[in-house]
Amino acid sequence: MLAQTTLAPVAAPRSRFQRRSASAKTGLHLLMAAISSMFFLFLLSYILRSQVSDWEALSEPWQPLAQTGQLWINSALLLVASIAFELARRNIDRPQQGNSREFLWLAGLSSFGFLVGQLVFWQYLTDRGYLASTNPANAFFFLLTGLHGLHLFGGMFAWMVATYRLSVVDKNLDSKSISLAKLSVELCATYWHFLLVIWILLFALLSSSPGTYAAIAKFCGLGD
Amino acid sequence: MAYVDDAEHEELHEPTSFYAKYVWSQDHKVIAIQYSLTAIAVGLVALVLSGMMRMQIGFPGSIDMDSTGYYQAMTMHGMIMVIYLLTALFLGGFGNYLIPLMVGARDMVFPFVNMLSYWFYLVSVLVLIASFFVPGGPTGAGWTLYPPQAITAGTPGSEWGIILMLVSLIIFIIAATMGGLNYVTTVLQARTHGMTMFRLPLTVWGIFVATILALLAFPALFVSGIMMLLDKTIGTSFFMPDMMQFGTQLDHTGGSPILFQHLFWFFGHPEVYIVALPAFGLVSDLISVHARRSIFGYRMMVWAIVAIGVLSFVVWAHHMYVSGMNPYFGFFFATTTLVIAVPTALKVYNWLLTLWRGNIHLTVPMLFSLAFIVTFLVGGLTGLFLGNVVVDIPLSDTYFVVAHFHMVMGVAPILVVFGAIYHWYPKITGRMLHDGIGKLHFWITFLGTYLIYFPMHYLGFLGMPRRYYAYEDYQFIPDSAQSLNAFITVVAIAVGVSQLLFLFNLIYSLFRGKPSGGNPWKANSLEWLTPDTPPKHGNWGESMPVVHRWAYDYGVPEAELDYVPQTTSGDEVPVHESDLDE
Repeated sequence: MLAQTTLAPVAAPRSRFQRRSASAKTGLHLLMAAISSMFFLFLLSYILRSQVSDWEALSEPWQPLAQTGQLWINSALLLVASIAFELARRNIDRPQQGNSREFLWLAGLSSFGFLVGQLVFWQYLTDRGYLASTNPANAFFFLLTGLHGLHLFGGMFAWMVATYRLSVVDKNLDSKSISLAKLSVELCATYWHFLLVIWILLFALLSSSPGTYAAIAKFCGLGD
Repeated sequence: MAYVDDAEHEELHEPTSFYAKYVWSQDHKVIAIQYSLTAIAVGLVALVLSGMMRMQIGFPGSIDMDSTGYYQAMTMHGMIMVIYLLTALFLGGFGNYLIPLMVGARDMVFPFVNMLSYWFYLVSVLVLIASFFVPGGPTGAGWTLYPPQAITAGTPGSEWGIILMLVSLIIFIIAATMGGLNYVTTVLQARTHGMTMFRLPLTVWGIFVATILALLAFPALFVSGIMMLLDKTIGTSFFMPDMMQFGTQLDHTGGSPILFQHLFWFFGHPEVYIVALPAFGLVSDLISVHARRSIFGYRMMVWAIVAIGVLSFVVWAHHMYVSGMNPYFGFFFATTTLVIAVPTALKVYNWLLTLWRGNIHLTVPMLFSLAFIVTFLVGGLTGLFLGNVVVDIPLSDTYFVVAHFHMVMGVAPILVVFGAIYHWYPKITGRMLHDGIGKLHFWITFLGTYLIYFPMHYLGFLGMPRRYYAYEDYQFIPDSAQSLNAFITVVAIAVGVSQLLFLFNLIYSLFRGKPSGGNPWKANSLEWLTPDTPPKHGNWGESMPVVHRWAYDYGVPEAELDYVPQTTSGDEVPVHESDLDE
């Protein structure tokens, strides 16, 4: 009848900060799960829609995505941002936080560069008459890159918080401000790695050939 | 004990000004009440809409409602009840109030995000209500909003109503995500000392799993909402096929309406369990407390909740049998649908076995709980009919389906909502709800809903189609069906009006109710053990509770009383061999 009356073994007592840090990480992981669910469903929709005859894939040789130079530059910028966050995260435990400030600035600037680069490519498309309403392939391109960009833009606020917290550390070197700055940088790094992975998936899919879409659709049982 | 020191040294930042305390509050209890009151208010709008629809069906022409108005009322009624009332009330209301108290936390882990969640929810409700006042009125596309008709001229509200509906849904999803991150993280990270996952009350388990479903399923509605909004506003063709409208070719080409249906129901079916799982959890606690019996098969109940949650993601296309699909798909989805009956039936059996030889107190919460079991059983059994493709196809467009989903997803969860409010109102206000009014409210609501929805099963078998706004002059619908329609309308109006009893009780008891004390139901779970009732900011005063046992030690022979609160240590009440595996 009576059950579990003894104190169950629990993890070692955690400080308030440890708990806050664990909560923030769990929250971020859940957010990434929800965002993944969204992009996954968009990608399935993309594959399904690509099998209708009016689809004019942007990756055909005569279409804009046959030349992906600009997008490769953007990808490189996002990769740099992701690596810079990682280096900032690894440097923060060193004396005087190592070079984490510089890496944080590099991450912010290259992320900003990525967003500008994406907009430049949007401009390139619209200048040539590739509007969202003219073809579903264009619409998906704008929608997917736009949503990815918005998520990165949202992350820039977290980047600002991290930069601010690291600058506070300069003034008072107490353990609390260091821990806060460290947590911020860690969360940013995780989120940026995640957005980089999402971007690589998007880039690979958006620039694939129609044959690839057909093969994926067939594999999923969606095609003819 | 470091953990206690730590929690006791937390700064509480108790708000002092009126605005910080009651308007821009970050206290989970205030946010819960804000969520609940907003949900109940918007739910009343949906209730009035259903009364108007019933008047039109039962007594055609008795009120000023044409087919346009009928479809608008139907759409708004469905969407408000499912999303803005039930989802918001179970997660935003009960989730917010009960999770921190039941796990022994001072608040949610992200109080600011929690506050934002409510304000986003309020904005989504305001945008939704605004659609009543735009040119063309709210959308009348049906609550499933299927394209192409939802955004094509000729459908009520296809100008502005549908845009506001989609925008409102998108804002709601953002609100639900912010809330959801809080609920799940709080359960995972902020439990007090000794509160293992398998000591959590089933209420927390139900809300916890439902929230995970919400975090993964709402994106599907978000995705479909965004794409339809773009189809409507900038002329993309995600869902819109080549089509003619009033003799002219539209600019859209090649879009896939079926894609929308898949996305919608990939959200829509888990949504049923986003509402049902919290109801399962709440009702388990109500039954255990008011029958003075430990819940039967606690771990089985937990795993059933998890299994239902997982299965709910692989049954969505059973809503689309009549949309046309590969027969093998139909077979697959029919099978998964029937499999979900196994963990669900298991829960029903466990509730019954909890009641078996219990010391059943027929309090108002218990009456609502018993009514829930019966209603859920009835609604669930008709679900087994409809889960089969060959049975579903002839019944799909009839009142049988209306009866089924109102029983299982309308009446059943609402009965739990009422039961849970009667149960926890004393903790929230410090006063008991009036018992006599409560019982009157219960009997009218319980018997009334059966008089409304039972006959609809027969109307469905008779072939009476749903979604029609008038049933006169159809040869295949006999006059007797119309008499039954009139009867249903009379009862529906009576039940609708009787809900004023409940509202009156809520307000009356707030001032005149009998003081309840801290633990009027003699319950074990932590929320009843707070030093103050209603709990103050920070919930636990000086010291945090320490948990030594599960929440279901009722009818214990060795105990001085017939219950043992979760904070009672093993030294005070002897240890029995557990029937649970540790």
